Amino acid sequence: MSFKAKRKRPAGLSLAAVGGLLYLHIPLALIVLYAFTTEDKSFQFPPPGYTAKWFSVAWFDRPDIWPPLYLSLKVAAIATFIALILGTLAGAALSRARFFGRETISLLFVLPIALPGIITGISLRSAFDIMGIDFSIWTIVLGHATFCIVVVYNNAIARFRRLSGNLIEASMDLGANGFQTFRHVILPQIGTALLAGGMLAFALSFDEVIVTTFTAGQQSTLPIWMLSELIRPRQRPVTNVVAVFVIIVTLLPILIAYYLTREGEHIGGASK
Amino acid sequence: MNQAVLIEAREGVLGRISDAFLARPKLLTLLLLLPPLLWIGVVYIGSLFALLLQSFYSLDDYSGLIIHEFTLATYLELLQEANLQIILRTVIMAALVTLACAVIAFPIAYYAARYARGWMKALFYLAVMMPLWSSYLVKIYAWKLILAKEGIVTWFASALNLSWLLNGILSIPVIGGPSLSFSYIGTFLVFVYVWLPYMILPTQAALERVPVNFLEASADLGATPRQTFWTVIFPLALPGIIAGSIFTFSLTLGDYIVPTIVGNSRLFIGMAVYTLQGTSGNIPLAAAFTVVPMAIMGVYLWMAKRMGAFDVL
Repeated sequence: MSFKAKRKRPAGLSLAAVGGLLYLHIPLALIVLYAFTTEDKSFQFPPPGYTAKWFSVAWFDRPDIWPPLYLSLKVAAIATFIALILGTLAGAALSRARFFGRETISLLFVLPIALPGIITGISLRSAFDIMGIDFSIWTIVLGHATFCIVVVYNNAIARFRRLSGNLIEASMDLGANGFQTFRHVILPQIGTALLAGGMLAFALSFDEVIVTTFTAGQQSTLPIWMLSELIRPRQRPVTNVVAVFVIIVTLLPILIAYYLTREGEHIGGASK
Repeated sequence: MNQAVLIEAREGVLGRISDAFLARPKLLTLLLLLPPLLWIGVVYIGSLFALLLQSFYSLDDYSGLIIHEFTLATYLELLQEANLQIILRTVIMAALVTLACAVIAFPIAYYAARYARGWMKALFYLAVMMPLWSSYLVKIYAWKLILAKEGIVTWFASALNLSWLLNGILSIPVIGGPSLSFSYIGTFLVFVYVWLPYMILPTQAALERVPVNFLEASADLGATPRQTFWTVIFPLALPGIIAGSIFTFSLTLGDYIVPTIVGNSRLFIGMAVYTLQGTSGNIPLAAAFTVVPMAIMGVYLWMAKRMGAFDVL
């Protein structure tokens, strides 16, 4: 809050800022527009006609969409569950203690999203290769949980730092044991941060494609299904319908997470 | 928490465990840290080492099997002309994308940090976060729609009588192509689009911290707005821009989906890695290829740290 509010805004700056934001949003709006086009062989603009039939086609006539969707939801749920536990533990430990190597350890948790996904992917792939592990839902989960930990960790550590130590001390001094203190004092205070972190982790996993292509083998998650549709399109508007669905499924958690953490802290997933 | 010893001992097993931890807070920290550290250590770091190990193996050209013996032959293969070109092409693309992201991100970040207040601020924030978090594949797909030959760019160009300009750009050797979605320009545009939010957020974070009295002092001492910008604002924003560039640079170095879907099918590092491990089963060479972005990012992160970029993250 260091700049003064009332100052003349250079017109060029406003124009560049608005232009930049439009550049970010127009492509997403086009995805929605093309879900209603009557043309399914090309991306003709403007669409020759409009129809809502692709929504029913996607729902009734394309059974190939459902198994990848279920797999994605299952993977995202399990990966989020693991990330919630491990990320919270890491946040709790690193927020309360100062010790040698603390910075290195926190860098370690960030590494899976700081390095390109392809490195995580091929690393896991070659580890499975060396150890003779066959591809299954668990090989996908292993990769996803690894990069989801950091999202939960970011949210958890931010909240733990604001958590008053006095309350915990009071609870312990009044005779509660560690588990009662956790259940009745700590959990209610970190709950929303964990929920926000969990939602971001879910969105991240649900959308992930690069690491997944290395750890899935022959299995198909929804992003992998979409990737194959992009490379070999069949009914293009159906892909748009699924894309609109994916936008909604990923954006809702983001909005809820923003709402839950909006006071004080910036959203934990600011660096995805 | 050290006063805990003054109170009576707690009852029951849980109580005694709690007392034990209160007396030894370091032990509790260790116990909390152990599971996540083990996970990252075994799954992630372990895999990275497996990858590194693979890069010192080699592929038998005749049988197509991996020879599990230490050799530097795979790294020598990496130095072949064709492979060096892939690396060079990727690094140039990453540098250009980073530069473009910085230029486009700055006005947005500056406006959001300096002028946006209240609901406007929230709106700006969400307007950056939503594209950042919306599906990566959907974003690429959107550009496939936009850049297609029959798509919106071509339509706008002919509506504005600018088709000659579009065709002129497409006929430029190297960066042009049959249509925007089969050219380097297309690849570049999509890269800039998907990584832009990663540049905006840290740049804005750095700009938020510029004290307003610095600007007033600069103006009072007779600096023109242009001088204030280049001698005060820009140097203070630089750590944020560098922090953002870590993401834009690293993500472009390792991506293989964008150039696969929008591009002229010339290989980038990520695509080379993907094809090598998949269709040709040459995991050693694929592993050696990934060591390149890791090494580049290692140097990059070291330089960024020296320039104070990590304070903004």
